[in-house]
Amino acid sequence: MLPYGLVAPVLIVILLVAIFPIIDAIRLSLLDNPLLPSGSDFVGLRNYIQVIGDPQFQGSIFWTIAFSAISVALELILGLLIALLINASFPGRGLVRAAILIPWAFPTIVSGRIWQLMYNDQTGIVTYILQGVHILRPGSTLLQTNWGILVATVITDVWKTTPFMALLILAGLQVISADLYEAAAVDGSNRWQSFWMITLPLLKNSLLIALLFRALDAIRVFDLFYILAGNQVQTMATYSYNKMFTGTTFDFAPGIAASVILAIFATVVAMLFVVWMGGISRQE
Amino acid sequence: MATSAQPISTASDAATAGEAQLRRRKINWGTTGRIIGVVIVTFIALAPFYWTIITSIKDSLEVVASPPTLVPHSFTLQSYISDFGGGSSFFTRDLLNSFIVAIITTALCVVLGSLCAYAIARMRFFGKSATLAIILAVTMFPIIVLVGPLFVVFTNLGIYNTYAALIIPDLVFTLPLTVWFLTSFFRDLPADLEEAALVDGDTRLGAFRHVIVPLAAPGVFTTAILAFIYTWNDFLFGLTMTSDPNGAQTVTVAITLFGGQFTIPWGQIAAAAVIVTIPLVIMVLIFQRRIVSGLTAGAVKG
Repeated sequence: MLPYGLVAPVLIVILLVAIFPIIDAIRLSLLDNPLLPSGSDFVGLRNYIQVIGDPQFQGSIFWTIAFSAISVALELILGLLIALLINASFPGRGLVRAAILIPWAFPTIVSGRIWQLMYNDQTGIVTYILQGVHILRPGSTLLQTNWGILVATVITDVWKTTPFMALLILAGLQVISADLYEAAAVDGSNRWQSFWMITLPLLKNSLLIALLFRALDAIRVFDLFYILAGNQVQTMATYSYNKMFTGTTFDFAPGIAASVILAIFATVVAMLFVVWMGGISRQE
Repeated sequence: MATSAQPISTASDAATAGEAQLRRRKINWGTTGRIIGVVIVTFIALAPFYWTIITSIKDSLEVVASPPTLVPHSFTLQSYISDFGGGSSFFTRDLLNSFIVAIITTALCVVLGSLCAYAIARMRFFGKSATLAIILAVTMFPIIVLVGPLFVVFTNLGIYNTYAALIIPDLVFTLPLTVWFLTSFFRDLPADLEEAALVDGDTRLGAFRHVIVPLAAPGVFTTAILAFIYTWNDFLFGLTMTSDPNGAQTVTVAITLFGGQFTIPWGQIAAAAVIVTIPLVIMVLIFQRRIVSGLTAGAVKG
């Protein structure tokens, strides 16, 4: 019985604070207005139909997918490059690792604030540079257009999260035996060939796991859009929040419905990944 | 640098010498490229933090100067003084709240998490892999879906706007990570020592306390650092489970509240960002090696 006793406290917390609320969210999303004692009538899928028909919610699906696809792709490529870069001994390597860990350690909301200092039109060095090279018109900033906001949030996210990606990939790289590269070098293969034939195949599992973690993290993005996008561009998570907490009490249940749709979306993506990863490992 | 060429010295002498020379030249090129790359990466990683620090110490005129000054001409701590006093006195209180919430959550996590991780790493029991799977699945879930139901429950229980309303949900994302990291640490510890303790008549929990705890202390410490960082960085629960800047609200929410009706206090915002991130920067600089090993512990072994 001892193992169950040791595991129980954690499982009880997860049951009460994660599993139960997830089930409760489904129940609440089917009610008229859970915040009013008189409003607890069952209304079926009405809230879902309302949310799905809302052009703002449809927009939030688009921006969530666009943000996730672009930021995760960039983070994977840059993370791999940085991992290859620091996978060698050179003086000051520890300092470099500490330096790239600093953005990772920052609260996302504070990262958003920090980049806001550089994106705005009064103190913004990024705006000043972009206006200087005529990417932005005088007087305008990245945060004024929808695509500009997407670029701004992707840059901030890539800055903050790529180090984590790089360190995960680096850990995978360091497991690969140096003998393999030496054997390949003896056989006359160049660095580029070694990378394609040795590094990438052996790194595949690390890359896929990192990709899964990052994709699911990107889909639920909230903080960056909360601070950088105002309400001009919403993601599925900020849309849910805005419905639940900034509208009237009648928007509360539709907000929960939106968050349930996001949860289903994330689950589907996770399952596709698992099937895909299973398929890849079966091929081997 | 020459060491990497050493194992390939079985060919004829002349060929080896030529090859080694060629190789050395190639590696030097690679090293130069590597240094340039590393400098660029480090610069990009640190530049925004540099910009925040200099914005926080410029005077109010220089903050909005155009063109922006890369090296501050003025030096004043006015922004920091305004953060802690003046019209935004909630900042000090919220900073303290963040410390209290993060420390209590971390302590709970480490105690509950180590017990759970020890059982998973060391004992056989039915449902073990299901337990790990549930714990891992929770970390991936969009947390926003928990917000509505928890808001309703906490309001009904009368704990909305209290530390409990933050600590309890914060456990949802810190506990799974704690269990995950600690399980991999415990698995790496030699099992012989515990068995010896058990043979010597110690109880299972006694073996845990006398043998595992001292050995695992570095791992537990690393996990505590990570749990602290994750809790400190929470924004969504701080935003939704508190509503009073002078109540239980945390500093990540406070930092979004600076703003006047006509002018935005950029200097004050920068100073607040520096204050919130300084504890994290110090932790990263001191414990960099531990944090990296903790973060990557679960990922490599899968």
